Amino acid sequence: MTDLVRAQTADRTPVQADDAPQHSRRDIALFLGILALLIVFPFIDQALGWRLMGALLPIGIYCLLAMGLNIVVGYAGLLDLGYAAFFAIGAYTVGFLTSPSSVFVRGGWIPGWLQGFWPALGVAFAVAAIFGVLLGAPTLRLRGDYLAIVTLGFGEIVPNFFLNAVPLTGGTRGINPIAKPPSIGGISFGQTDQRNWYWLILAVGLFSVFIILRLYNSRLGRSWQAIREDELAAASMGINLTRTKLWAFALGASFSGFAGSLYSSAFQYVHPSQFEFTLSILILSAVILGGIGNVFGAVAGALIIGSFDRILAERLTGPLNAFGEQIGNDFLASHNVGEDRYVVFGLALVLMMVLRPGGLFPNKQRAAELQPEDLTITVQEQQDLFDFRTHNDPTPDERGGQVV
Amino acid sequence: MEFNLTLFTQYLILGITNGALIALIALGYTLVYGIVELINFAHGEVFMMGAFLSLTAVGAFGLVSGAGWAQIVLVSLVAFVASMIFSGALNWSIDRLVYRRLRNSPRLAPLIAAIGISFILQGIGIYWKGSNTVLPPALIPTDVRSINILTDWLGLDTRLRFRALDLAVILLTVPLLLGLSWLVYRTRTGKAMRAVAQDRGAAALMGIDVNRTIATAFLVGGVLAGAAGFIIAYYTNTARFQMGFRYGLFAFTAAVLGGIGNLNGAVLGGLIIGLVWQLSDGFLGTYIPWWGAQWTPLMIFSVLVLVMIFKPTGLLGEAVPEKV
Repeated sequence: MTDLVRAQTADRTPVQADDAPQHSRRDIALFLGILALLIVFPFIDQALGWRLMGALLPIGIYCLLAMGLNIVVGYAGLLDLGYAAFFAIGAYTVGFLTSPSSVFVRGGWIPGWLQGFWPALGVAFAVAAIFGVLLGAPTLRLRGDYLAIVTLGFGEIVPNFFLNAVPLTGGTRGINPIAKPPSIGGISFGQTDQRNWYWLILAVGLFSVFIILRLYNSRLGRSWQAIREDELAAASMGINLTRTKLWAFALGASFSGFAGSLYSSAFQYVHPSQFEFTLSILILSAVILGGIGNVFGAVAGALIIGSFDRILAERLTGPLNAFGEQIGNDFLASHNVGEDRYVVFGLALVLMMVLRPGGLFPNKQRAAELQPEDLTITVQEQQDLFDFRTHNDPTPDERGGQVV
Repeated sequence: MEFNLTLFTQYLILGITNGALIALIALGYTLVYGIVELINFAHGEVFMMGAFLSLTAVGAFGLVSGAGWAQIVLVSLVAFVASMIFSGALNWSIDRLVYRRLRNSPRLAPLIAAIGISFILQGIGIYWKGSNTVLPPALIPTDVRSINILTDWLGLDTRLRFRALDLAVILLTVPLLLGLSWLVYRTRTGKAMRAVAQDRGAAALMGIDVNRTIATAFLVGGVLAGAAGFIIAYYTNTARFQMGFRYGLFAFTAAVLGGIGNLNGAVLGGLIIGLVWQLSDGFLGTYIPWWGAQWTPLMIFSVLVLVMIFKPTGLLGEAVPEKV
């Protein structure tokens, strides 16, 4: 028995030691520096009068979403175009469970203990995972591009349902208010406590990064990578394709649902227009811009795309219009930078695919897979195949003195 | 509840007219998918750009109300051809600039790029015509729009409406569908397309210029989308930068329903989706009290998801084993 255990551990140790990421001191210092900066950022913001807290909350949520989508797209290689649907499901679940205006609460169907924020968050997490499995189970055997379209259809159906099922969801009125997390030792999470929310989301984000990194190097994470690289080979090696993909889908979905419940509580409002296709694409372009398959890349991408969406789009418009009026350009004078989001997201996707498929901060392995195949060898082989001379029993001399 | 035959026939007529239009767009998806196995996500936006160009072209002529027939027909013709050329050229350039570079990349790379292009084109649509719904410049006089062939021309006593506008749509669409069929099944170019669709490598070895053939497919698909853009803009008398997304998804659903890669399938799927759409918009509501046009997209996307899950080959498509 002990021998067996020893044999197993002995077997595993070298593999882990081999593949464990080698953190240089510089990397760790960089990470700690950024972390410290993030923690004290609200004070810097206050001191310099940037008033960025309101924008940083949704950006933080985008980061969470990007991490979750990175599991599905980056790790498992499944293109999910309906990611916002799970976000909506999470947000609405919390709304249904905790809002005094929700049909279920008014009907007295929700027990009191479940109406708090944290229990509801747990339920939202589970419900989103269940929907992920429900959608994934029948669709994951489909080919990649078909799967993408099915998820896109799902992503359209869900907000459409929430919009039109007025008796249940209030339609365009949305749901509000929504339960807040109870205060911890005088730290409260009202709508005006943006700084506390910022730290909460930061803490959740750090925890998520940790979980995802552990996951990536786990047996499951390795199975994802194997499937992503070659499904057939992975299946031959005994990896259960459906189950492994379902895990990715369910985990990605629950991440999204979890982010959705945080979002709904931070903004105290759930509305169908918050979950449109544009959001799914925003998150996708964040993951692809930052670096597909790399958690830190996904977060960086979400920071870049989110900053454009929530900060630049709002703050650039005024100065740009003033500048346009000064030089007498009508287009600039009336241009709303928020309208550029389509072009910005689109360019992020196209340019990355054409010029740098691995993203700005690539996972080396994933980047290599996304490069176009090098066809030169194949062409050479084909030429050899159809070139009669090579078939005329070449003498060793003709082949450069080597017997083939 | 009694079955209302007149109402049903009414929505049947509208369904076939709309279905023919959907088929025009669906053919673009199916042509490209058949040859390069790429879901050209930007196709709906190519259609939208065609619609926008037709508005700009008609606007450039500045037709005043009370213009003569000759003038209206001439302007329509010019705008129609212009939007076809524009959309065709646009789709061709997208292939040339983006998809061709990604020809040997994994399947998801061009798909992601296509989504990106679709977004870029939507953005351009906003710069071009603004983000609100646009009313196309006057082309067809209002009294002509509402001519009902059955009562006004044939003198029948019926409540059924078959407008001259519906007839015009069918008269413009059917020749295009037949023309495409002729191109694909009766010409050398079409033969090359079918050969490339079957086996790209073998076709190349037979001396077919693969890149040119693929580019032709994009060009033809774009031309059809441009035609649909002009027709739909003046049939519905509205245009918006997001119109490509909705119509594109409906058309894609049609292509998948019929069997993606299959031309007849795209037309069949288009007609079915057109019928489902119109019946859901107007007919179902008389039997199900809470049903209304707002549920139509949900219904069609459900068709999309269900067909993809349970019959990914569609109605007329054949099962093709995935190439390993």
